[in-house]
Amino acid sequence: MMEEEGVIKKFLYLNRKAPYGTVYALESLEVILVGAAFEQDVSLAFIDDGIYQLKKNQQTSVSSGIGVKDFSKTYRALEGYDVEKVYVDKKSMEERGLTEDDLLVDIEVLDEAQMAELMEQQDVVLSF
Amino acid sequence: MLLHTVNKSPFEKNSLESCLRIANQGHSILLFEDGVYAALKGTRFETLLTEAIKSYNIYVLVPDLEARGMRMDNVIEGIKPTDYAGFVDLAVENKTVPAWL
Repeated sequence: MMEEEGVIKKFLYLNRKAPYGTVYALESLEVILVGAAFEQDVSLAFIDDGIYQLKKNQQTSVSSGIGVKDFSKTYRALEGYDVEKVYVDKKSMEERGLTEDDLLVDIEVLDEAQMAELMEQQDVVLSF
Repeated sequence: MLLHTVNKSPFEKNSLESCLRIANQGHSILLFEDGVYAALKGTRFETLLTEAIKSYNIYVLVPDLEARGMRMDNVIEGIKPTDYAGFVDLAVENKTVPAWL
């Protein structure tokens, strides 16, 4: 009997929300980890305020800060789950005065046409 | 006097722009939660904020800034830092506290 195991689909997680103000960023990260655990082909895209999820040096201490978990460290661990394809929208980065040096992980900067191309290549796009 | 609070990113909602449109000269405006992104140098809202500090007392809540990986060094000159205790003082000093959600 043939079982449909070992089917690998291309998943794109589309992140457009800033961290902490809403729960979208954290929820996305949870789902990314699930997808990675099932050994799917995972790509992450950060557009609009989603870029802010990757900002270095987030400090959320309970004593002096907002008192929630700093989940930004998890983005650095994604490499260990073979999640290495991380893309950032050029315009979103520029209009926030950010550069690649401000971000936690190695990313690839895409323009609009390249971002559209990335989406076209996917089997599944999940939006947060 | 009034203390206006803005807790949404200017990139996502027009809360700050509406606040600035309606608020009177001399009013105070506190940027907190995702509202702190408006206080930063180098964004496409920098000119709007640079103009606004001439008319309003603008404050930024530092714990929300730091949670988002930013510091006062990244904030436009003239925007004043405050903390939770300062937020309470501002709320007490002002007659009402309109929130721009």
